[in-house]
Amino acid sequence: MEILVCARRVPDTSENEIELNSAGNDIERDELVYSVNEPDNYAVEEALQITARVGGTVTVATVGGEDDEEILRREMAMGANRAVLISDDAFAGSDGRGIASILKAFVQKGKYDLILTGVQAEDGAAQVGGMLAAMLDYPFASLVTSIEVLEGRKLKISREIEGGNKEMHEIDLPCVLSIQTGINEPRYVGMRGIRAVASVPIPMFGTSELELDPNTVGESAAKVKRIDYFVPALGKGAEMLHGNREENIDKVLELVAAKGGLK
Amino acid sequence: MEGFYSPVQVTSWLAQGRALFLVIHFLGIAGFCYIVARRLVPLVRGERDLRFDRPLARLGRVLKFWLGQWKHPRYRTAGTLHILIFAGFILLAMRAFTVLIVGVSPDFVMPGLGGKTGQSYNIITDYAATIVFLCMVFAVVRRLVFRPARYLVPAKYGKSHTPDAIFLLVLIAILMVADSLFAAAKAAAESQQGQPIEALAVLSLPWILKIALASASLTTVGKFYFGAYLLHEITFYFLLCYRPFGIQFHVETSLFSIYFAKLDRGTLKPVRWGVGDEHLDEVKSFGVKTFEDFTWKHMLDFYSCSDCGRCSDNCPANAVGRPLSPRFITIKGRDYAFQHYPMFGRSNNGKALIGNVYSEDEIWSCTTCGACEEECPLLVEYIDKIVDLRRGMVDDGKVPQSLQKPLKALESRGNPYGKLEKKRADWANTKEFQQACTVKTLDHKNGADTLYFVDSITSYDDRMQSIGRATAKILEHVGKNFGILGAAERDSGHEVRRFGEEMLFIGLRDHNVEAIKASGVERIVTADPHAYNALRHDYKDVPPVEHISQVIAGEVKAGKIRFNAVANKNNVYTYHDPCYLGRHNQVYDDPRDVLDAIPGLKRVEMARSRDRSFCCGGGGLMLFYEPKEEQRMGVKRVQMAAEAGANVIVTACPFCMVNIEDAIKVAGMEGKMTVIDLAELAEQQLARESQRAA
Repeated sequence: MEILVCARRVPDTSENEIELNSAGNDIERDELVYSVNEPDNYAVEEALQITARVGGTVTVATVGGEDDEEILRREMAMGANRAVLISDDAFAGSDGRGIASILKAFVQKGKYDLILTGVQAEDGAAQVGGMLAAMLDYPFASLVTSIEVLEGRKLKISREIEGGNKEMHEIDLPCVLSIQTGINEPRYVGMRGIRAVASVPIPMFGTSELELDPNTVGESAAKVKRIDYFVPALGKGAEMLHGNREENIDKVLELVAAKGGLK
Repeated sequence: MEGFYSPVQVTSWLAQGRALFLVIHFLGIAGFCYIVARRLVPLVRGERDLRFDRPLARLGRVLKFWLGQWKHPRYRTAGTLHILIFAGFILLAMRAFTVLIVGVSPDFVMPGLGGKTGQSYNIITDYAATIVFLCMVFAVVRRLVFRPARYLVPAKYGKSHTPDAIFLLVLIAILMVADSLFAAAKAAAESQQGQPIEALAVLSLPWILKIALASASLTTVGKFYFGAYLLHEITFYFLLCYRPFGIQFHVETSLFSIYFAKLDRGTLKPVRWGVGDEHLDEVKSFGVKTFEDFTWKHMLDFYSCSDCGRCSDNCPANAVGRPLSPRFITIKGRDYAFQHYPMFGRSNNGKALIGNVYSEDEIWSCTTCGACEEECPLLVEYIDKIVDLRRGMVDDGKVPQSLQKPLKALESRGNPYGKLEKKRADWANTKEFQQACTVKTLDHKNGADTLYFVDSITSYDDRMQSIGRATAKILEHVGKNFGILGAAERDSGHEVRRFGEEMLFIGLRDHNVEAIKASGVERIVTADPHAYNALRHDYKDVPPVEHISQVIAGEVKAGKIRFNAVANKNNVYTYHDPCYLGRHNQVYDDPRDVLDAIPGLKRVEMARSRDRSFCCGGGGLMLFYEPKEEQRMGVKRVQMAAEAGANVIVTACPFCMVNIEDAIKVAGMEGKMTVIDLAELAEQQLARESQRAA
């Protein structure tokens, strides 16, 4: 099975202190460290596990700049067979639809049975996967928590729905799936693995390679634009329970049950 | 030959069996050689291990740990038994060989053991055989009746080892009886014929057996003589050939195991012996994935283990129900070797160890505290094996999810918490602290003689920052010209390396070494034993390093530090030895000397202290690992402190502080037990000039 995973490089929320820049329209990006968007990493692991079972190759692609090669190498170190950087000055400022258009052009240049995305980017809007599927006229399922390959170009998948329940589906290939975290346990990528792929050339695709009209993507074509960015004010903080141990335990149970955590 | 007389009849009894004895000799020796050759097959296929250096140091260890049985008295009963048996075997060796040869050459006398010397030797060995026999009886009774808990085999590790142990004990007892009967029959025959006889040792086994044979006819005595010889010979060779199939192989291998044992504490084996860091990229596979990835010495360890259970008896992971028992790391390794390198037919090697022989959780459960290695009478190595297995898992991407984030953060930010580099020195920048003490960050403008290497947890953890501030205040108090690396410091990488991520460790180490060299300091001080061990053993070409407890102890002796008396005279203190300060670096006395220099401080020792200290739960990345366990190690440790009658635990390691503080809460002992770092306590008690004047 030929699998494409669309991945993205994002500031790692656990390793950064996100602050607003002085203009107040973006975050301060000078000292950020980045990693692969977490759900995308699960998607790559899932792709690797599928090809390990049924054969095939895994391609990882990202729309971005040279800095984004970092995550492509990490995913190659994880085991992806091929990585592609989709990059062009004309792509800058694309909205979700723009990114989906670029990916659609890339998908049409290849032959993929299955396209995986993360359920959402940590700095994104969980929209590209669905739009990409629509543009390609492929079936789409989101929040996927397991994938089983069936006979006759079909997959059996489960989707997470509210309340922790799962829904099982059958879906035809080719399709687009957005992968939920927890679908697997992504393997560790060590320094050694990254060093081993450090000099593997990564092909770059731009508007000409994708035969894409630059006017349909980028800032000029974007219909959704970020106009502001703010950090919400801190709330009151924790609610302290004042009582003896038994009372506190009862109160905690009540609070957890009220939030649906106990049945 | 003077004074030694062999009557014709006695030797002629053996002469009839000479052909038989020769055949048994030949079969026994050939069998043993074949078996040992087969046992060497995996060792030859194992990884290389450079253990041929420093022969004098190695011989010294043979004298101490092999001939001197140094570790044995740590377990009083079993140790005494073993020393007696070992001494008996050493003494009896010549006698046994003489007896074996006598069957073929009746007049043989071992060179040097004729005459008076021979008579004395025979008296001594009469007793030796008797003592070994009694030890066997005692050992069997102990196994069957008293059943020490450490010999139990948990169901998941298979069947009980007791039947095999008893079988071997009985065989040795039979050997002793046969040897004694042989001597007794000879003496009885000689005395019945009125020939001059050699005196048997009074009350020894041969002496008693001779009395028993006194009234027997000469023919019967002759039969006993022949029978005893045959029994001795068969038992001897059966044992010789059977030992390589079980725990008694250590009789042969221990000498080599101890000679080739690891010489340097606190160090780790390289990824590959003989492959420098700069060539590691060329190494195809890291660590131990299949049995053949173990070094030959580590395989030899598997053979040498005598299944005494002392490692697991002292293993904190085993004590709290984690799925790790060092004893079975070895036993399973040996079983694998026996099974996959059979006596006949081809070996079938190459099977993955993780998932088949060892489990991932088992290998991650180790805190590398070193208690097992400290206890092992045969100096079997565990930490290097565990780390090698982890290197293999890291290489295959098998790392628990809980460890992946901190490892990634170490890679991008140089600390496991993912905190910003520029905030690494924030602990020294609080207003209140800056009024009392200034800590300069070393750069090309600000130099110093001494570097205070803070490391990640003390830099970033709110609670542990207090240890950093106390350390700085002490250094300032004794007039050290010191500074820190600040944002240029990275995690020491001590646990990164011990968790198997060698390449990440090398990156951290190289960064730190460069920063330390650039700072131009002449010495390093740290309050973190893990950093101390890394700087001392894992780093090269850095200035000498001291732990803060050594600095304080030195300054107390030099009279530069004086302490005020403790405020609360009712407090009882106990010192908890951090593994990487104590066992791995042998710093036991300095922290205690510091405590004892504080006037009015009442100190007690826990039952487990110094080299038997009980790990608090592990440091570094171990804080992120979520082990399967029934109880926390720290909780056990806090209970041990309470049993010792203490209500204040003093430790000298930020990770011990985390674990013990948590454990006090988990054990519900808040208000009854507190914990304080040695640097914090020393700083609190410092008698400063102003106070002295007042």
